[in-house]
Amino acid sequence: MPDLLIELFSEEIPARMQARAAEDLKRLMTQGLVDAGLTYAGARAFATPRRLALAVAGLTPESPTRREERKGPREGAPDAAIDGFARSAGVPRAALELRAAGKGRAWFATIETPGRPAAGIVAEVLEGVVRGFPWPKSMRWGAGSLRWVRPLHAILCILTTEAGAEVVPLDIDGIRAGDTTRGHRFMAPDPFSVTSFEDYRAKLKRAFVLLDAEERADHIWIEAHNMAFAQGLEVVEDKALLAEVAGLVEWPVVLMGAIAPDFLDLPPEVLQTSMREHQKFFSVRNPASGRIERFVTVASRETADAGATILAGNAKVLAARLSDAKFFWENDLRVVSQKGLEGMAEGLAQVTFHNKLGSQADRIGRIEALAREIAPLVGAQPDLAAEAARVAKADLRSEMVGEFPELQGTMGGYYARAAGLPEAVAAACREHYQPLGPSDAVPTAPVSVAVALADKLDTLTGFWAIDEKPTGSKDPYALRRAALGVIRLMLTNGTRVTLGRMLELRVDFCLRHSKLFVSVFSALPSATDRPPTIEIDVKSTASAEISTQDIAFIERAAADLLAFLHDRLKVHLREQGVRHDVIDACLAMPNADDLTLLVRRAEALQAMLQTEDGENLVQGFRRANNILTQAEDRDGVEYSFGADPRLAQGPEEEALFAALDAAELAIEPAMEAEDFAAAMHAMAALRAPIDAFFEAVQINTDNAVIRRNRLNLLHRIRAVCLSVADLTRLEG
Amino acid sequence: MADPAPRPKSFQEVILRLQSYWAAQGCVILQPYDMEVGAGTFHPATTLRALGPRPWAAAYVQPSRRPTDGRYGDNPNRLQHYYQFQVLIKPSPPDLQELYLGSLLAIGIDPAFHDIRFVEDDWESPTLGAWGLGWEVWCDGMEVSQFTYFQQVGGHDCRPVSGELTYGLERLAMYVLGVDHVMEMPFNDPAAPQPLTYGDVFRQTEREYSRWNFEAADTDLLFQHFKDAEAECERILAAAPEDDAGRAIVMAHPAYDQCIKASHLFNLLDARGVISVTERQAYIGRVRMLARKCADAFLTTEAGGATTAPADA
Repeated sequence: MPDLLIELFSEEIPARMQARAAEDLKRLMTQGLVDAGLTYAGARAFATPRRLALAVAGLTPESPTRREERKGPREGAPDAAIDGFARSAGVPRAALELRAAGKGRAWFATIETPGRPAAGIVAEVLEGVVRGFPWPKSMRWGAGSLRWVRPLHAILCILTTEAGAEVVPLDIDGIRAGDTTRGHRFMAPDPFSVTSFEDYRAKLKRAFVLLDAEERADHIWIEAHNMAFAQGLEVVEDKALLAEVAGLVEWPVVLMGAIAPDFLDLPPEVLQTSMREHQKFFSVRNPASGRIERFVTVASRETADAGATILAGNAKVLAARLSDAKFFWENDLRVVSQKGLEGMAEGLAQVTFHNKLGSQADRIGRIEALAREIAPLVGAQPDLAAEAARVAKADLRSEMVGEFPELQGTMGGYYARAAGLPEAVAAACREHYQPLGPSDAVPTAPVSVAVALADKLDTLTGFWAIDEKPTGSKDPYALRRAALGVIRLMLTNGTRVTLGRMLELRVDFCLRHSKLFVSVFSALPSATDRPPTIEIDVKSTASAEISTQDIAFIERAAADLLAFLHDRLKVHLREQGVRHDVIDACLAMPNADDLTLLVRRAEALQAMLQTEDGENLVQGFRRANNILTQAEDRDGVEYSFGADPRLAQGPEEEALFAALDAAELAIEPAMEAEDFAAAMHAMAALRAPIDAFFEAVQINTDNAVIRRNRLNLLHRIRAVCLSVADLTRLEG
Repeated sequence: MADPAPRPKSFQEVILRLQSYWAAQGCVILQPYDMEVGAGTFHPATTLRALGPRPWAAAYVQPSRRPTDGRYGDNPNRLQHYYQFQVLIKPSPPDLQELYLGSLLAIGIDPAFHDIRFVEDDWESPTLGAWGLGWEVWCDGMEVSQFTYFQQVGGHDCRPVSGELTYGLERLAMYVLGVDHVMEMPFNDPAAPQPLTYGDVFRQTEREYSRWNFEAADTDLLFQHFKDAEAECERILAAAPEDDAGRAIVMAHPAYDQCIKASHLFNLLDARGVISVTERQAYIGRVRMLARKCADAFLTTEAGGATTAPADA
C-alpha cells in the first residue's frame, strides 16, 4: 500500500487562511481519490506560512476494475437503435446480450472500466484541486493565469512504497511535481529531496521548519509561559493571537522584552490592544499588581546574538506605538477634564450614523429617551440611565478609540471615571455594547442594562423603520447580534417588557425621525456642495407628518421585528437545549411578546415534558383532542356546553370530573401569578385520571346524551390544557 | 545570499543604494513625478504602466503628501510630506521576493540578525479603483515595505500582473541608521563639510504646511479646484482621438494629471475635516471614476498595448 505525500510550496500564505486551507486540501484530495475508486487508511494535513502539506497513508495502488451493466432497447427493436446503444455503451454489437427484462427481453451491455494506477489518479485529482482551490481570496502573478493565494512555486508529490519513492508525473502551468522542497527561508534555503512523510517531516525539522501548526503553537505557549514564570509574571492568554502567530513563522523563537516605565500607567486594555493589533505581541502581566509590564514576541529565526538585535528593534517599534497611545490618552484626558464627557461627545453631531437615521448625536438622543423609558422596568433610576446614555458613546470622539475602535466602551468607562461621573454611569459606558456575541458576558447593573437595551432596541427599530433588514447572509449592521443582545439582556435580568407595543412606538418614532432626515438630505442642492451639519431636535420629530399608509407600515414593521426577535429567540433557546416545538407551543399563547414570560413558560413546559406524567399527559391530551375534533367535524357543532357531572357513569368518569375541577382551581391562580411550574404540575396531575378514563370509558356510546356529555368533558380537558400552553404544537 | 553591504551613513545614501540596486536589476530609474500625490503608486509610471500587456520595470523616489499626517515637525515618525521609493516590474518576476530581500541587504540589513517576515496585507486604493494581494514586510516588528501583486487598476484586470514594492524611506532609513526622531536623521554624510539633518531640510516646511493644511487652506477654493480638475479631466477624455491635423493622439496622461489633482485636493479637504463621512464615499467614487476613464483611455494608446491603434491620417 503506497503512502502519498503532497506539498504545495508558495510565497507566504496569510496566517488566518492556513488552517482552513490545510483542511480543504485534505477534504478535496481524499474526496477526489475516493470518487476515483481509491481507498486509504488515514490522512493528515499541515500548513506553514510557505507550504500546505498532505500525507495520505495506505492508499490502494490502483483503482478496481468497475463493471457496469446497462439496459438497452427491447428485443426486436430496429437495428439502428441497437447499434446506437452499443456505440453509446462503447462495446461491439456482438458483445450485447439478450436477457429477460420485465415481460419480454432486452439487450444488455456490460461495460468494464479497467482500474488505473494510483499515480495517474493522484495527478488528475491534484491538478483539479489546485486549479479550483477554495481560497477566500486568490490571485494571479507574472504572465500566467493560474490562481493561488500567493505565487505557487513548487509541488512535491510522491508515492512511497517499500520499493522506494516515486514522483507522481504532474505539470500545472509549468510547475512540475518533484520530490524536493526547501527549509527555512533564511536558515536553510537549499533544496533537498525526501522519500516519505516521516523523512519529509524530520528533514524539515533539521532545516528549521516545524510542519505542524499545533506543535508551533504549543512551543510558543510553553516557552512564553516559562519565560514569564521565571520572572514571577504570567502571559495573558490569547488563543486567537497564538494561532495567528503560529501561522506567521516556520521556526518560532520566543523573545521577552520590557515595556518602558513611561507607558506602564496606560490602561492595561490599551497596552494589550496596541501590542496585539500592531505588533502581534503577547502581554505579560504582573499577577500581584495586574499591570502589563512586559511583552513576548515571536521571531521567525535564531540569530548569533540570541535575538538581541531583533528584540531591540521590536522594543523600539513598541515605544513609538505606545508614545502614540500615550499621546492619545493624555489628550483625551485633557479634553475630559476641560469639557467633561458630554463635551467630548459634542462632535458626534457631525458624524453620520446612517443617512436616513441621522448623526450619532441624533441616535444618542433617541437612545437617551428610550433608556429613560426602560429604566423603571429594570430597576434603574431614569435620570441616571439618561445621563449614562448621553455619554455612553462619547468615546467615539476620543483619539484613542479613533486609533483602536475595539476599545470603544472600555475607554468610555475610563473617561467617565476621570470626569467624576457616578460609577454606575462609568460601568454603563463600558458595558452597554455587551453582549457582543452568544458567549459574551451580559451586563446586570441596572443602568448598564437600561442603556444596553435602549441602544440595541434603537438600532433594531431604526433599521426596521427604514426597511433595511438582514437578508440571507447579509447583515451589515449586525442586527442579528443586536437582537440576540436584547434577548440575552432580558432573559438574564428577568426584564419584563411588553415588546409589541414598545416596538410599534419606537418604529413610529424612528420613521418620523427618518422622514426629517430624508427631507433634509434631499434638500441638498447637489453632492458637490459642502455638506451641511445636520442637527435635529429629537423632541421635535413628533411633528413629522405621517400618513395612514405609514401607520400600516409601522404596524407591519413592528410585527415583523417581533417575529425576527422570536426567531432569534428560538435559535438561542435551541442552543440551550429547549425543543423548538416547545417554544412554538408557548409562542402561540397570549403575551408572547414578553420574552421573559415566554421563556419561563417554555422552560416549565420542557421540564414537565421530561416527567413521565407530563409525557403521558400530552398523549392523553392528544387522544382527547383527536376524538373531540373528529366528533366536532362530523357533527358540525362545538362541544363547549360544559359537561354535567351528574351524568358521569362509573368511578373513572367521576374521578375525571373531580380532577378537572381541582386542576382548574389550581391552574387559574397559578397562571395569574405566572407560576408556570405550578400550572404545569397541576396539568400533569390530570394524566392518571385521563388515562383511567380512556381505559374504562367509551366516548362514542349509543346513548346520545352520555356521548354528548363525554365530548363536553373532553372539551374541558382541551380547554384546561390549552390554558397552560398550546399542546397541539408539540410534535409526538 | 550575498553578504550585507556596510551600514549607510545618511538618508540620501539609503536612497542612492536603493537606486543603484534596482538599476542593477534592470529597472529604469525615473525621477519623481512633478505633481502632488498621496503615494508613489499615483505616479503614472505605476498606475498607467501597470495596465496593458507591455513589459515594464521602473524604480523611482516619489515625494508624497498626506496632509492629515502633519504634526508641525514635532512627531518623531509622522510627516505630511515624506518620500516613498517605488519599484514596479511587469510581469512580476518569479524571484521578486528574493530581489526584494537583496535590496534590504544592499542597505545594510543583514537577515542573519533580523527577523524579516511577510505579513498579509491586501492593498486597495479606492480612489484608483485598484487592488492587489501581498504583504507588509516586517523587519523586527516594524513595517518597512509594502509588497503587492497588482490584480486590478482603474477597474481593469492586470494581465500580466505587476509586482509593486513600496519602501517608506524615512522609516526605513531611521531604522537602518538607528535614529529615533526623523528630524535628527542625517540627510547627507555627517562627516560632510556641511552636515545637514532631515530637520535642517524639512522642519520648517513641515510646520508651514501643517498650519496651511489644518487651518489656512481656503476650502471653498479647494472645492472649486476639485470641480475644475474633475471637469477638465472629463473634457480632455471627451476630446476626439484625432487632433486637428488628424493624428491619433489620445490624451490619457494629461487627463490623468487632472485625476491626480482631484485626488490630492480631496486629501486636502479631508485634512480640513470638511468632508462628512457619507460625502467621503461620494468623493472617493468621483475620483475613482476619473481614474477608471483614464485607464480606459490609456489602454487605447500604444503604451497601453493597443494593437489596433487608429490609423494615422
